Amino acid sequence: MSAVALGGERTAWGGPHLLAGTRELAGLALRRDRIFLVIWLYALVGTMAATTYDYRHLFVSAAQRASLAHSIQTNPSFVTLSGPVYGDSLGALIIWKAGLFVAVGAALLGIFAVIRHTRADEEAGRLELVGATAVGRYAALAAALAVTAAACLVAGLLIAVVQLLFGLPAAGSLALGAVTALAGWMFAGVAAVCAQLTESARTARGMASAVLGLAYLLRAAGDPAPRLSWLSWVSPLGWVERAQPYAGPRWWLLATCAAVAVLLAGAAAVLAGHRDLAAGLVPARPGQVDAAGWLRSPLALVWRLQRAGVAGWLAGFVVSAVVLGAAAKGIGATLTSSPQVRADIVRMGGHAGLVNAYLAIEFALLSVLAAAFGVAAVLRLRSDEAEHRAESMLAGPVSRMSWAAAEVVLAMSGIAVLMAVAGLGSGLGYGARTGSVGAEVARQLAAGLAQVPAAWVLAGVAVALFGLAPRVIVPAAWTALAVAGLLTLLGPSLRLPGWLLDLAPFTHEPRLPGGAFTATPLIWLTVVAAGLTAAGLIAFRCRDLS
Amino acid sequence: MTAVIEVTGLRKAFGRTQALDGLDLHVAAGEVHGFLGPNGAGKTTTIRVLLGLIRGDAGTARLLDGDPWPEAVALHRRLAYVPGDVTLWPNLSGGEVIDLLGRLHGGLDEKRKAVLVEKFELDPARKSRAYSKGNRQKVALIAALSTGAELLILDEPTAGLDPLMEAVFRECVEEERRAGRTVLLSSHILSEVEALCDRVTIIRAGRTVDSGALADLRHLSRTSVRAELTQPPHRLEDLPGLHDLDIEGTRVSCQADNSALDELLKRLTDAGVRSLVSQPPTLEELFLRHYTGPPAGRPAGPAAPSEPGAPSEPGAPSK
Repeated sequence: MSAVALGGERTAWGGPHLLAGTRELAGLALRRDRIFLVIWLYALVGTMAATTYDYRHLFVSAAQRASLAHSIQTNPSFVTLSGPVYGDSLGALIIWKAGLFVAVGAALLGIFAVIRHTRADEEAGRLELVGATAVGRYAALAAALAVTAAACLVAGLLIAVVQLLFGLPAAGSLALGAVTALAGWMFAGVAAVCAQLTESARTARGMASAVLGLAYLLRAAGDPAPRLSWLSWVSPLGWVERAQPYAGPRWWLLATCAAVAVLLAGAAAVLAGHRDLAAGLVPARPGQVDAAGWLRSPLALVWRLQRAGVAGWLAGFVVSAVVLGAAAKGIGATLTSSPQVRADIVRMGGHAGLVNAYLAIEFALLSVLAAAFGVAAVLRLRSDEAEHRAESMLAGPVSRMSWAAAEVVLAMSGIAVLMAVAGLGSGLGYGARTGSVGAEVARQLAAGLAQVPAAWVLAGVAVALFGLAPRVIVPAAWTALAVAGLLTLLGPSLRLPGWLLDLAPFTHEPRLPGGAFTATPLIWLTVVAAGLTAAGLIAFRCRDLS
Repeated sequence: MTAVIEVTGLRKAFGRTQALDGLDLHVAAGEVHGFLGPNGAGKTTTIRVLLGLIRGDAGTARLLDGDPWPEAVALHRRLAYVPGDVTLWPNLSGGEVIDLLGRLHGGLDEKRKAVLVEKFELDPARKSRAYSKGNRQKVALIAALSTGAELLILDEPTAGLDPLMEAVFRECVEEERRAGRTVLLSSHILSEVEALCDRVTIIRAGRTVDSGALADLRHLSRTSVRAELTQPPHRLEDLPGLHDLDIEGTRVSCQADNSALDELLKRLTDAGVRSLVSQPPTLEELFLRHYTGPPAGRPAGPAAPSEPGAPSEPGAPSK
């Protein structure tokens, strides 16, 4: 009796055996991710809550709110970075400030969690172990999507509850929570599809992140320009904005987002049914029989392994910088906003005009991303060590210093090149529209390069962690980057205390372009970065490989 | 003969686990030396100390007349290493990995590489991601064997190879020996060590329990015999060189020294043989028989009560 009942229950939940074991795998995923998910949810909900708390104090009167809303509506730079503002209610302003950031955070959660439990497990061979047990063909995919969807849903619910507690309208708060969760769902779906296409988890993650970057960029170009607004309508992040939670929620757009998420998940399942375990739908090309002649040093190996990734980062930086630079054109014309709002803008970015303030924010954003590239490169040292590839190198006549330094060289020079490209691209984009290419390129190249030392410091933190605390390097290095990034991008307008802002290396940079250039902080940041790097490398030379 | 590897009283603890507990290992130039021990005995830890990847807590380890930690790079130029669990860069092809490792070494013998790729039937154009364990092992073996290093350190190198490839591997080690190179071969497979090695060192729980020429370790070369006879055998008990004799009616099992084999078989055929199984003792049997009980250094004798998996005593602080 009980056996029959049990079997019946299983089939009802697990479908015709194709989903058998999904519940167990979902439990396993939750067990593995219990810390990762809690931290991520805390960051998402905390960002939204902090913004709401702050804006309630900053914009008490209707006149203040109207003035900010007006200045946003007439200032393309704000719209480009954070999206349009729908109305001048407190809720609308809060969403303009943090809604898109939090939605992007939820989307990243969706991408990382899904890839982690599908392609990454498959590449590592763990799914083979699991797949040989009484587990259905689609169980791993279903479990990954279920856990990710549930995590996004919890994030959305918490955000809705927090907004309600702050006294914001119920329908809007609910819609805000829902749309944040749906952003996660849609990109979980994108990641699920990407996981079917390629054999490498790293590539799958890169593809899904590129889709997210493209979605952001499409709406960044479409939002401020009425004639290009169709660009925003093809971007999932554009739908997230246009759901306008606190200005009469467009529930049909939420339904569209949900439908797209379900369609993507279904597509991933169909694709998964058409491929073998561990294979990608895009067949792997055969490699070379012999290595290229230049592949004969640790540095050459680092380049050989990461040149494709570097090319992707460069392409992303060029496109973003040109688009963001070109969008700066419309800014100078709209200086009608209230003095108080202008003061707020000046605090965020610099002091010599809104264009410069806008460009300074652009370079701050890009320098946080460049630092992310550097941190990711340094983290490869640790994964090479943990997965014993370092052993193959270090058992040869390769000193620890030269092995580790190769990755550090790539990280640090990559940061510099990316920021140079950012300056060039932004200068070209802006200069081409204002007819002063030469001057703009020179000025913005300098502004981009001035951000390099701060990004170096964060990569240096990762190197120091690699030498001194390799076991915690992954969470610690990313946390340092996230904290520095949030302090830099959101900190000034949140009026955080100065000592807290001082912790982020980026806040020590001179405000360029437009601000006064002072070499002293740049020299100091470079010295700090060099010191951290040296400490990490020396500590690595003295410790056991683990 | 000059010593290529000289390890004396080596100790290494990972947290509360004492991985090496006073280990000795001496390898002379030009010999193929077997490094035997069950899983977790400390073989890989010893090798990692010799490679300067980790540092011992106490005792000495010398390699090619150098200190493996500070002189790692210079020493590594003269040796090649095949790890027990080969991990490669997933998006490099096998051919690329072989070339890379060889060049880092200061150059590899292209002709030898081509011969080895042929011999081991490796497809060098495939991406490492697609290789099976055995194929990854082949990549590491080919890379190591084409460098012509004077010392080869092989950590369970045949773990993923099929019997055909194992034979190819043995040929290659034979060639290395003829070329006068030194090989340290870590293994838990006794037959492999018997086939290849001049001398062996046996370790257990981080300590050396036996070391010497294979021929000297008489107790290692016993043959285990099981036979089913047509009638109960006569006069087996008084045969010298017979151990662990167990007779149940017409069924006989025992361990025989090689010197006793001839006489044993005669007496068995006298009783009429229905079936006969003879095999060299597995390493596991050897350990059960000789090295069970609290690790005391020397064989404790067959009667010692066995305490499988008994942890070694934590050991006094070694610094």
